[in-house]
Amino acid sequence: MASGPAPHRTELSLVRFENVGLRYGLGPEILRDLSFLIPAHSFQFLTGPSGAGKTSLLRLLFLSLRPTRGLVNLFGHDVSLLNKDEIAALRKRIGIVLQDFRLLDHMTTYENVALPFRVMGRAESSYRKEVIDLLKWVGLGERMDALPPILSGGEKQRAAIARAVISRPQLLLADEPTGNVDPTLGRRLLRLFIELNKTGTAVVIATHDITLMDQFDARRLVLHQGRLHIYE
Amino acid sequence: MRGGWCCIRDGCISMNRNGNEQRPLVDLGHERPQVPARARNLSPIVPRASIAGRALVAVVAIMTFLASITTGAVLLVSASAAEWQSEVASEITIQVRPAAGRDLERDTAAVAEAMRTQPGIVETRPFSKEESAKLLEPWLGSGLSLDDLPVPRVIVARLQPGTTLDLAALRARVSQVAPTASVDDHRAWIERMRSMTGATVFAGIGILVLVIIATIISVSFATRGAMAANRPIVEVLHFVGAGDRFIANRFFRHFLRLGLEGGVIGGGIAMLFFGFSESVAGWFSGTPVGDQFAALLGTFSLRPSGYLALAAQAVLIAAITAWASRRTLFSTLDDID
Repeated sequence: MASGPAPHRTELSLVRFENVGLRYGLGPEILRDLSFLIPAHSFQFLTGPSGAGKTSLLRLLFLSLRPTRGLVNLFGHDVSLLNKDEIAALRKRIGIVLQDFRLLDHMTTYENVALPFRVMGRAESSYRKEVIDLLKWVGLGERMDALPPILSGGEKQRAAIARAVISRPQLLLADEPTGNVDPTLGRRLLRLFIELNKTGTAVVIATHDITLMDQFDARRLVLHQGRLHIYE
Repeated sequence: MRGGWCCIRDGCISMNRNGNEQRPLVDLGHERPQVPARARNLSPIVPRASIAGRALVAVVAIMTFLASITTGAVLLVSASAAEWQSEVASEITIQVRPAAGRDLERDTAAVAEAMRTQPGIVETRPFSKEESAKLLEPWLGSGLSLDDLPVPRVIVARLQPGTTLDLAALRARVSQVAPTASVDDHRAWIERMRSMTGATVFAGIGILVLVIIATIISVSFATRGAMAANRPIVEVLHFVGAGDRFIANRFFRHFLRLGLEGGVIGGGIAMLFFGFSESVAGWFSGTPVGDQFAALLGTFSLRPSGYLALAAQAVLIAAITAWASRRTLFSTLDDID
């Protein structure tokens, strides 16, 4: 498991937001007074209408945005006090699936999924079987040598999910992870997230998909007009 | 410690935590491939083709070539100047001027004799009338009779190497035997030559500094271009937890190799240039330009230590390329984050 900097306090929750606000430039505040916890091993859907700020909230959770105000505490660290190396170390404990997949076009599906292990400095032989098994499980066993430009949208999405979960992160963030797949595969991917959650990963899935949320009884974080409403 | 496994049975997944980090995330059960997966040749994280390598290699090669030519020329001039200086400094010239009531021949012979007995002087050679006429031939033409002209006579004395001559005592002695004689130890010449050599080296260093600055600027632009072209890769690497050092190293390897390629090409061509320069100089020998170059630069061939200096310079420019790219990489990574 990747290890980050030593925590400043006991990790009761993976994530703690206190009165967090976010605005882009001089524009209006798009996230207002967010205060919530994401406990370890928890599972939650993040939902809300388009433009409500789901992706911005995920980016705050992934440390690719800094809040305009308020406190963000991640894995026991106040993120405002972290330097770049510490942020990189924390990101190794987080998996993220973005709407636009962000696969590297010059690398095969196998290499894309194995990328977190390469960044960790692991030898290819130590993770080869694990990557191949996961690719087969997400239905990409026959596509592991294909380059992303020739993959369908659904295949890219599965590859992006596989890359996010391969290193078994402590926190998984997924932005519309079933948006480009058929309902059957959508259910299968949801089960992957659920099983990953059972092994101890806290999962946050941002989605519009009511059908998907109805398949699994989990906590819901609803963003509306920049504010967060939590339904346990 | 966390870990787990899951298996698929009739479309159902089960997953247990067992605390073993090395266990796979998914277990395919009967779907598991029976043949062990082959080792794969992994693609580079930053593809070589994504960096405008040819242009940068050409820039570094040209810069290295210019720097090498400059250094080589400075070395040639310095070597020739040092040779002239040692030749000129190892001689003194005594000029005996004709004067009314004095016998020039006798004064010349007396001065030559006085010089021969002077400690530290190993050879004294008075120029004869014919030799003096020969010296003046370029200006006054041939067939000249020096009897009609008040032309001074010249005596060249060669010094013992490493001897410091008491010039004041020598002047006094010479004046005693021939009041119209003057001693020239070529100091003015040597000073002028030193100034010329210093100016050449200074100009060479100036050109080298300009070349190095131009190289740094070119490499910085190329690095920024490569980073901009590969920004999606940098972002993905950030997503999977790569630190700046890891990302910079992926790019740095490319730039170090490009710098070395450019340095080897530019430095190699410059060495070939100097290797063949003697032959090239031979083509122009006899022409006014060729003779001027020969007078200035001697044989126009570098010593082995000169070639070593050029090789070291090529490595230095490759190192500067790598350093400049590394510096730009970290500053650009700060911007991207």
